[in-house]
Amino acid sequence: MTNVLDQKGQKDEKNEKDERVDTPAGSDEPRSGSRRSTILRIVILGSIALAFVSPIIFMLVTSFKTRAEAAGIPPTWIPDPFSLQAYATILAPGTNTPVLQWFANSMLAAALNASLVVVTASLAAYPLARMQFRGKNIVFAVIVATLLVPPVILVIPNYLIVSELGWLNSLVAIIIPTAASAFGVFFMRQFFVSLPVELEEAARLDGANRFVIFTRIVLPLAKPALATLALLAFLGNWNDFLWPVYVLFSPEVQTLPAGLSTLQSANTVRYDLLMAGAVVASLPVLALFVFLQRFIIEGVSRSGVKG
Amino acid sequence: MSTKVSADALPTGRASRPAATRGAPARRPAREQAAATPWIFLAPYLLLFGGFVILPAVLGVWISLHSWDYTLPLKPFVGLDNYVALFDPNSTVSGPFWGSMRATGIFTLFSVPLLLTIPLAVALLMSKKFPGRNFLRAIYFAPYVLGVAVVAVLWRYLLDNNIGLVNHYLGLLGLPDDTAWTTSTPAAWVALIGVTVWWTLGFNAVIYLAALQDIPVELYEAARVDGANGWQQFVHVTIPGLKPILSFITIITLLASANMFGQSYLMTQGGPGRETRTAIYQIADTGLRNFQMGSAAAMSYVLTVFLMLVSVVVFWIFREKNEPKAKKVRS
Repeated sequence: MTNVLDQKGQKDEKNEKDERVDTPAGSDEPRSGSRRSTILRIVILGSIALAFVSPIIFMLVTSFKTRAEAAGIPPTWIPDPFSLQAYATILAPGTNTPVLQWFANSMLAAALNASLVVVTASLAAYPLARMQFRGKNIVFAVIVATLLVPPVILVIPNYLIVSELGWLNSLVAIIIPTAASAFGVFFMRQFFVSLPVELEEAARLDGANRFVIFTRIVLPLAKPALATLALLAFLGNWNDFLWPVYVLFSPEVQTLPAGLSTLQSANTVRYDLLMAGAVVASLPVLALFVFLQRFIIEGVSRSGVKG
Repeated sequence: MSTKVSADALPTGRASRPAATRGAPARRPAREQAAATPWIFLAPYLLLFGGFVILPAVLGVWISLHSWDYTLPLKPFVGLDNYVALFDPNSTVSGPFWGSMRATGIFTLFSVPLLLTIPLAVALLMSKKFPGRNFLRAIYFAPYVLGVAVVAVLWRYLLDNNIGLVNHYLGLLGLPDDTAWTTSTPAAWVALIGVTVWWTLGFNAVIYLAALQDIPVELYEAARVDGANGWQQFVHVTIPGLKPILSFITIITLLASANMFGQSYLMTQGGPGRETRTAIYQIADTGLRNFQMGSAAAMSYVLTVFLMLVSVVVFWIFREKNEPKAKKVRS
């Protein structure tokens, strides 16, 4: 008992950052197993982590193998010889599987789609968070309700709409329709609501109008949320599969996920080529993830907690 | 901060007003804004939302009431025929459709429990601070950023009958090394579900982890002082603390599983036969490959009704046990 209390007092004094699991508190019952269980925990979690990354590493390794080695038994973890042949083949111009073109298409589509999501969602979220007006609750309720509507019911009619607009087999079909992000509006609204209102009120009393307040005061404060939303939208668009597969039919307009499907049907057992293609499709998102994982993971967990 | 803003505005001679207004409890946000202002903010989004969410949701119903072949000029009105055909065992569409619903059902039934429990176990192991925790969290989450196309193409290689890594290592362990993971059932189901768990485990684990960290440490300390062991703490502190998040995570996992498409399309091509062809696969192929859009739209609404019923059941289950707390959280 005393130990528990002592420790609690000790902990309160310390900064939260300094709080470590392996506090030297040997006699304390729940803590004594702590060091051993921490080691055990790290071992278990480390093994799972190894199992988690090894497929990704194997993908990378295989992309540097020769055709024969990629199809060889037993599978090897170090390419011998180290070969760039797979990349040279898939990146060569003039094939039916223009991977470089797909890469450019995916980049353009994901960047424009993410920009569109961030701009429209933050603009729409602001009045829903801060203004009083007729119809506000209905608009917000309808937007949130569509979060629960399975996207499948939109696929067939959207195909017709996109076809009427002349966007079939064009990147515009990948950029614009999916930019109507109900999640984005919901996410930004939650963020705006959490901002202190005093700054905006002060600015309004000083005569600033809503647009000035939004662009000069609110948006700068919302940078972390905007970055998170942009990243999630970029990832979502980059990885989107069903819609591009059916809407983009010519090889030169496809995005990487749809292209991978084309590459797979063109080279069923050329795993060296498929893995090189998969690496090309993963590198940008893995790089974004490595450098900006805090935004991505916190964005995901925040959307969960507030949902 | 706020003083700084009003100080900037000093020359206007209003410096005394903010303080006075701020002291008053009543705010009057609506008064000073033109009625059009919120709608100008909303307009760009509503244009997209109306055009690509609301309009198609309504248009879909219209399509489903027609014999709508995209390639034919005439699209005759057929009333509920498309729906009736789905429920008529003798029609050509009902067999494949219900077969695909069954495939989606099997996949959902097995993947959802795994995706609710394994990520929770991982999150519990991760909930205490230890060196390298953020690094491990990133590793578990990494497959999720890859996207289904990469994941499916990669695993089709790893699960290859003859040269795949999985069969090779199973053989080294003395287990059967010739399982046809993508061309025979039930192995294909194990493969599809296993790959999906690998792919999305990190997503659910991150949500659980955030929820676990919201449970006050004091509750655990109090339980420990009362002599609760690890399991009792889990049952009486952790589970109740996670209640608000559980219905959310169940629903999104259910919807994601019921919308499974890419894994089946790229790993098994819906095979063997049509066994792993899911409802989404069937709908997309009927509507966008064979252009029988009326029938495909009808299928999508039948699937939606199923999903809504399941969602209502999930909400009801969690609400039943959680009435007072849910209110508290929401307020």
